[in-house]
Parts: sequence; C-alpha cells; structure tokens
Amino acid sequence: MTVVLNQSFTGISIGAVLLLIALGLTLTFGQMGVINMAHGEFIMAGAYTTYVLQKSISSAGVSLLVALPLAFLVAGAMGALLEWLLIRRLYTRPLDTLLVTWGVSLMLQQLARDVFGAPNVQTAAPDLLTGNISAGSVTFANNRLFILGLALLCVLGLTLVLRFTPLGRRIRAVVQNRDLAEVSGIATGQVDRITFFIGSGLAGVAGVALTLVGPIGPTMGTNYIVDAFLVVVVGGIGQLKGAVITAFALGVLQSVLEYSTTVSVAKVVVLVAIVAFLQWRPQGLYTLRTRSLA
Amino acid sequence: MSGLSISRRGLLAGISAAGASAALSACGAKTGTESTSGSAATADTSGSTVKVGLLNSLSGTMAISEVTVHNSLLLAIKEINASGGVLGKKLKPISQDGASDWPTFAEKAEALITDDKVAATFGCWTSASRKAVKPVFERYKSLLFYPVQYEGLEQSPYIFYIGATTNQQIVPALDYLKKQGLTKLYLVGSDYVFPRTANKIIKAYAKAKGLTVVGEDYAPLGSTEFSTIVNKVKGSGADAVFNTLNGDSNVAFFKEYKSAGLTAKSLPVLSVSIAEEEVKSIGTQYLEGQLTAWNYYETTPGAANKKFVAAYQAAYGKDKPTSDPMEAAYISVYLWKAMVEKAGSFDVAKVKAASDGIVLDAPEGKVTVDGATQHVYKTARIGKVGSDGLIEEVWNSGKPIKPDPYLKGYSWASGLS
Repeated sequence: MTVVLNQSFTGISIGAVLLLIALGLTLTFGQMGVINMAHGEFIMAGAYTTYVLQKSISSAGVSLLVALPLAFLVAGAMGALLEWLLIRRLYTRPLDTLLVTWGVSLMLQQLARDVFGAPNVQTAAPDLLTGNISAGSVTFANNRLFILGLALLCVLGLTLVLRFTPLGRRIRAVVQNRDLAEVSGIATGQVDRITFFIGSGLAGVAGVALTLVGPIGPTMGTNYIVDAFLVVVVGGIGQLKGAVITAFALGVLQSVLEYSTTVSVAKVVVLVAIVAFLQWRPQGLYTLRTRSLA
Repeated sequence: MSGLSISRRGLLAGISAAGASAALSACGAKTGTESTSGSAATADTSGSTVKVGLLNSLSGTMAISEVTVHNSLLLAIKEINASGGVLGKKLKPISQDGASDWPTFAEKAEALITDDKVAATFGCWTSASRKAVKPVFERYKSLLFYPVQYEGLEQSPYIFYIGATTNQQIVPALDYLKKQGLTKLYLVGSDYVFPRTANKIIKAYAKAKGLTVVGEDYAPLGSTEFSTIVNKVKGSGADAVFNTLNGDSNVAFFKEYKSAGLTAKSLPVLSVSIAEEEVKSIGTQYLEGQLTAWNYYETTPGAANKKFVAAYQAAYGKDKPTSDPMEAAYISVYLWKAMVEKAGSFDVAKVKAASDGIVLDAPEGKVTVDGATQHVYKTARIGKVGSDGLIEEVWNSGKPIKPDPYLKGYSWASGLS
C-alpha cells in the first residue's frame, strides 16, 4: 500500500513537471500551430535566470521567488522576439517553422555554452524545499509538492486569462478563425506576439522549477521537448484540459511501468501506448471546434 | 545515420592513406629500429625537443572532468622540463580536443601520431573514447597512457592503464561494504558499458560471497528523472546503494535521494565515479557522509601529495580540488619518463620492455608498473565526503594491490569476459 501511494505521488509529480513544460507549448503549438523547437531553450533560459539570480542574491529562497516572474519575462521576451523576427513570416508554412526554430534552438544552445560554459551548473534549493513531509509511511518531497503547486497555479492562471479577459477572448477568436478575427478589427499580429510571449514565458517558469530537480545545462531543454510535444498531441491540439489530463496520465503510467520494469522498458511501452492511442484517436483526447474552413 | 557511415568511411580512408605516407616517409631521423613492420609511425626525436600528445575533451559534456586531467598533464610536463626534460630533451605538449565525441578522438589520435610524430600520448576518459582510439594506437604501434579507473577486461599492448582496474577499486569496495555488515546491495548505474560491466562483476562477487543484490536499475546517460528509482531503492530493504552513475545524472539522483528522506546514515551510497571535482559541482550538502572508492584523495597523506596539491593550486587556483584521475594523469607522465630513461631511448618497443618494475613515489603512495599487464599496483582507498567537500579516507588496503584486469586471481570471477 505504501508503495502504491508513494508511486502514485511520484507519478503525479512527474506529471506536474510534464504539465509545466507542456503548458506553454499548448499555446504556441496547440493554439497557433507553430512547431517551436526552441521551446526547450526557453526552458533553459528560465533555468539560467535562476542561476544568475542566485549568484547575486545569496538567499536561495528569495532568488527562487524573484526568478519565477523574471524567468517568465526573460523567456517571454525571447519568444516574442523570435515571433517578431522569424515566425510571423512563416504562419502559412508550419513545417518551415520546425526547421527555422530548430536552427534557433541550436544557436541558443551554443550561446548558452559561450556565456555560461559547457559544463552544467547547479543551483542550491532553499532549505525548505530539500526536505519532505511524511504522512504515515508515505513521503512527499517538498520540491515535488512545490512543482505540483506551481503547475496547478499556472494552469489556473492561464485558464482565467483565456476565459475571462479581453485578451483571452481575442486569442481564442484568432485561433478559431484568423481571417474573421482580422476583419472584426482584432490586431491579429499583436495577439500572436502576446500569445507567444505567454507561451514562452511559461517555458521559463518550467525552467525555474527544473532547477529544483536536476542540473542546468545548454542542452537541458532537449531532454524535455519530445515529452512536451507528446503531451500536447495526445491531449488534443490546443486543449488545456487535454494537456492536464494527459500529463498526469503519462506521469502515472511512466512511474508505474518504471517501478515494475526498468526505465528503458517503461519509455518504450509509453511510446507504444501513445502511438496506439493516436491510431485510435488521431485528433487526440479533445478536439478544438473551430470556425476556420481548413 | 548516413552521415555517420560517411565519416567512418572517410576515417578509414584517412587512416590507410596516413599509414602509407608514414611508411613512405620512413627515412627521417628517428629512434626506431623496431619499427620495421611498415605501418608503424615513429616519433621524431631528432631535435632538442620531443613532442608528446595530450588527448582530452576540452569541449562538450566531458570537458568538466577532462580539462582538469589536461591541466595536471601540463603541470607534470612543466615540472619535468624545469628539471631538465627527458634524456636531455625538453617535452613539447601538443594538445588535441577530443570534443567528447569518440570518432573525433580516433581522428585526433591519428593526427598526433602521424602528423606530429609524438613520442607518447596521454589522455582519454570514457571507455568509449578509449575503445575508439585503441586500434589507432595498435596500428601505429604508438603508446597511450590512460588515467581513469575503468571496467577492466581489456589489455592492449600499446596502452598503459594508470587508473584502477576493477580489482583495485570495485572489489575492495565490496569487501569494505561486506565488512561493515552492509550485505544487501541496490545497484544504480548509467546505461552504458562501464556500469553494466561493473555490475556483472558485482553480481558474480555477491553470488560467491553471500551478498544479496536486491535490485538493479539503469538510467539513460544524462537522465534527470530519478524519483521512481529512488522509491524502488527505498522500498527494497537494501543496506547500501552501489552507484555507478556517471556525470550529471548524479546531481538529480542525489537531490531526489535527499528529498526522499534517505541519508548517508539510513542508507549509505558508495559511488565509484564521484571525485572531489564532482562533489563540488553536485553540492556538498547532498553528498555529505556518503562513500566513494578511489586510489587517491586530495587529503591522502604524504609529502609527494602535499607537493602535488600545492603545485596544482599554485598553477590553477587556490580553490581547485585535485582528484584521482588528475593524479593518475600527473604520474603517468613521470612513469613514462622513468621508462624512457631506463630504456635510454624513446623507442616504443624499448620503452615497453623497460616498463616492468618501474617504481614511483606518487601522491597516492608507492606505485609500481606491472609490465605483464601494463597496469600499475595501486592502493585501494574508501573515503567519506566531509562537510568541506573534501573526501576523508576511512579505509585503505594497506599495500598496493597487484592489477588483475581479467580477475584471473578470483575464482568467483571465472566465466566473466
């Protein structure tokens, strides 16, 4: 029983990490159809933001709290810049965005290598987050609880913005029918950039969270980018709900399989399960009903 | 994948062309009388200097470790030159960057031998890079001095293994755990040749000596998700963890370990790939009290080590730690010097013939070259990570252990290969 509870928590915490990294992608890939391979490097930018802050702010707790909004801004600004420089010229050619953003991701990795050095670096976690809480024989790691809370907070925030703000309405309008939105007087170019800013900013927040579990390095984003795309595709393009359910489902599935087999076998089985699922439901868990003609 | 096969083909063509040109140019000044077999490259020792090759990853994922090895090689060369060189000739180091990429290692090794005509090469770290350059050194009959502990079960006539083989590190570590009453082991490693081979040896040992392996898990190299593995370890009833994870995965593993409430007291981890440099980068707070197995620590007592640590820190910074592979690299240059001087020649065959019984008062203590295996006698040491990030020795084997790369002297190890 202890094992089951511990493993469930592990699965949920893996799911929380997946959710956090996939959240931004549901906006940029899901809503806008841009295959942004540089999303992983925005995660890296968020992580390095934490690292830089910790060098100037000695308290690990304070630097972590400052890092969260700052990483959002840094990664968001990078995303908006990428959108303005390159992606807006490619909205009609989604496959080209893959190549272009992949090139950008390689350049960003090299830039990080030049600025921060090739070896990976670490940040110290606040004391509060290195311990754990025990309930009976079940242990909850504090850093994992923090990431879970952060992920849920981000989902909540994003939902509120999309549902209840004028900006959210404009974003949804552009996604559903760009041309109609445009003739209705919505500045679609501006909405695109803001959407990209938010999506990339969320990657930065994910980067901050990842400093609590592992090392920070130029290629850390590539470790997560495939998983993030899987979550978005399985969840259903552009569906926040789908991303949430899929992230936790994949997290639990992965951890259960890992417990009973090995890491590699679990990865293979999860991938096979995803392929099988997409055969059955190519559109993913949920589908977006749009008014576009395509 | 097609890119890989093209470069491999290019490499083969390059090797054979270079071999032919080396044979054609076999008329310059050289020491070799042995090298009559055509393809052997010979060192150019005609001038007042003699070139030696340094082959390390100065970029890429392994740079964090290999740059320190490169630094200690340069330190040894500088010291040797200051005291008059080797056979009256100053050493001229030629550095090549293997870039953490094994085909690059093979290319650069060949360039060192055929273009620079080095008398010997020092370097490599991962077993993959060593396996990649091995045929190059064998083809040209040139010498490589390899400074890192490895998984054993290998013996090349053109490689001197200055790091520990398994019976000088892993077997004593198991003896130590057994003596402490830690008999139920959980094996955690990265998924590649060294941990897989090491764990094969551990399981054979366990079977013969009454230890139990309660679990065995491998994570892909570079993996950072360890929550399930740590949960498995926690629920396994193990007394200790034997850790053969390499590189950054250790960061994620030890963070997760601490988060799960596991400590060095409740469930000790013995690591064989974490030295002072890695302790510093993983974070002392995650490793304090945990065990390591090596042949050398910065804290190892003795005048030779005091001198080495002082010289290294004077050259590279007060806060720079020294570690086992760095020490092995440092002494490898001195061992080669002693062999050359005993042989009275830079000729590879003569140097090899002179190697047996060479003794050096090294920072790790007395080391002796075993000519038959081209490994060295080394003292095994178990250490505990202190709160200052340095490692304090808690046990040593008392005397240098004879190298036994194929574990022929251990009846339980028959059948391993």
